[in-house]
Amino acid sequence: MTGKDEAELSRLMQAAIAGDEKAYADFLRRTAALVRGVIRRKIVQGGVDPEDVVQETLLAIHVKRHTWRQDLPVLPWVYAIARFKLIDAFRRRGRRIEIEIDEIAETFAEPEAETVSGRDINRALDGLPPAQRSVVSSVSVEGRSIGETAAKFGISETAVRVSLHRGLAAIAKRFGAKQFGRAKQFKRE
Amino acid sequence: MRTDDLIKALDADARSTAMPLGSAWWIGAGAATLIAAAVFWLAIGPRTDIATAMYTTRFVAKFVFTMALAVSAFALSRALSTPGAATSRAAAWMVAAPLLVGVAVGLELLSVPAADWGRRLVGSNMVICLSFIPLIGIGPLAVFLAVLRYGAPTRPVLAGAVAGLLAGGLAATFYAAHCFDDSPLFVATWYTIAIAILAALGALGGRLFVRW
Repeated sequence: MTGKDEAELSRLMQAAIAGDEKAYADFLRRTAALVRGVIRRKIVQGGVDPEDVVQETLLAIHVKRHTWRQDLPVLPWVYAIARFKLIDAFRRRGRRIEIEIDEIAETFAEPEAETVSGRDINRALDGLPPAQRSVVSSVSVEGRSIGETAAKFGISETAVRVSLHRGLAAIAKRFGAKQFGRAKQFKRE
Repeated sequence: MRTDDLIKALDADARSTAMPLGSAWWIGAGAATLIAAAVFWLAIGPRTDIATAMYTTRFVAKFVFTMALAVSAFALSRALSTPGAATSRAAAWMVAAPLLVGVAVGLELLSVPAADWGRRLVGSNMVICLSFIPLIGIGPLAVFLAVLRYGAPTRPVLAGAVAGLLAGGLAATFYAAHCFDDSPLFVATWYTIAIAILAALGALGGRLFVRW
């Protein structure tokens, strides 16, 4: 957490809110890297995949970005959301909350690629209505633009945007729901 | 889904915008005040001698207490619904209302003979006070919990309880215009219990409904 990060991220987020999509992608990538660093250091016990928490945090940042006040620094806001999502992740998995105050513990994170299909976000994605699911997959995993996705499914760009927005909101909500954690544990057994 | 893929999707959704949380709080406060006013006028209305009561210190003091509570709880609710926002200053202001009531109780004990304390504390409207403050406040509490949901409180139970205090302060401001018991002894006892009921409901609502 340096003053340079703060100034840069603050500028990017302000540009993003003003409608600059490139700035938003930059903001999210840099935020993901910072949050990943913090979360890996704070998870000192198994059971929670740091990358799941990174993704939950990014989704929460996205759907709650109207709660950031532009006159306040952005990093405390980001870290408060990350911390909340981390505590939530432990709680949902029925674990005692183990968050190191001093960031001394060593990382134990698994490489991202190995567990990519087992991610929480995939389960949340699978729970979406088919139309939303295919739009979200198209724009994310398949890497299409809004226009390409509209052409693929033969619907308007507005319809793509609406499905994408609703789909992401629904995924974010699922992460926040208690039942999701329970359902997940049930599936694992 | 890889994190980079997720970022693509979030970026594609960058244009969707939502009202700033600060505006949502003001709209919520307006809506809650309208609801409280409607329930107040339909259910009980102001006391008949309000024109003369307005010139008595004890009557006016009730509004000072309840509005101090509402204003400080509003500020703290706003801070608690924003991740990473500083809350200590807003939290410190929460002592204003109890402090004012405490001073008023002290003055009342000094100015009224001890034989009258009991009568003033029990008053004449205790049951009405305990039922109508929560009744007027329950609608506003629902509004404030909805705003909390729209926000991102990292301590939902605490935020819900403070929203309950806010609803309580608002409801008590209306109720004070109806109530004939103006003694700080009455206010310190029964208003506090009635507002505490709303705070407890708010904490419960925060736990159950404020998930994000």
